[in-house]
Amino acid sequence: MAAIGEVLPEAEALYWRPRVDAARLRHRGRLWTLNLAFHVVPFLAAAALLMWAQPLALPVALASLAHAWVIPELYAQRGANVLRPRPRKADGPEQRSVGLLGDLVDHEARELHARTGLVLEPGRLGAWIVGEAGAVLLPGRRGRAYCFCIKVDAAHPGAGELPSGDRIAHLLLALRSDEQGFATVANLSFAGARWRLRRRMRSEMRPALDAAPGRYA
Amino acid sequence: MSKLIRMDHTGHSTVAEWTADDPAAVEAAVQAFRAELSRGYLAMVTAGPGQAEQVRELPLNADLVILRLPIVGG
Repeated sequence: MAAIGEVLPEAEALYWRPRVDAARLRHRGRLWTLNLAFHVVPFLAAAALLMWAQPLALPVALASLAHAWVIPELYAQRGANVLRPRPRKADGPEQRSVGLLGDLVDHEARELHARTGLVLEPGRLGAWIVGEAGAVLLPGRRGRAYCFCIKVDAAHPGAGELPSGDRIAHLLLALRSDEQGFATVANLSFAGARWRLRRRMRSEMRPALDAAPGRYA
Repeated sequence: MSKLIRMDHTGHSTVAEWTADDPAAVEAAVQAFRAELSRGYLAMVTAGPGQAEQVRELPLNADLVILRLPIVGG
């Protein structure tokens, strides 16, 4: 078989991006947390300072606390959005695409996809939850979730017309051929607590996140 | 019977079918395969559970070859 090799061609095209591995992923996660702290801590400090200086400034202090609360929530929402389903096509193409996707995964993953619209795929970096326009990586049984925005290149004719199963199958095949390359091509939308992400996910999708700890390679 | 399919707006379309002992079908499949690659499609075959490989020549012994479009970060 004339296999090209392990590197995803889309990743090769992004030669300036360092290839993602477990250490780089952890580093990006720590940077993300640090960045979040820089956004949140000033609001917490301002609220504390206001209350210490003038208790009558309680409303302003509460507003400041609200900012400190809402910023991580907005980031988590951004992360959850990578799994949001896209508008459905006609029934026929949808069913055909889901049938093909079903041929690519095992029974457990098929059943989960039927319930959640997401595919759970074990990888070397961790368990992946693959959606139609993104994927979430869970590197261990606990810890951060990494949300990646990645999709079929809309510059190609017909890309926008793909039914849901095909959109997932595109990502799944790329992920399976080069996991690190897949993570390199994808843009990181969120890296943070799973509980925060879970809260922002649609309720019907949460079982995919809950099932992930049992699906490591 | 081996199949070359393309993921598209219909769910998927069969681009070519062949058996290794049918030279005419093989030749037609190879031509169709090259035409799809020249349109920007990437060809994938499964390589065991949870694994896939990209190919640039039609693997005649594969049961299923899937054509996909490139992906990009969103």
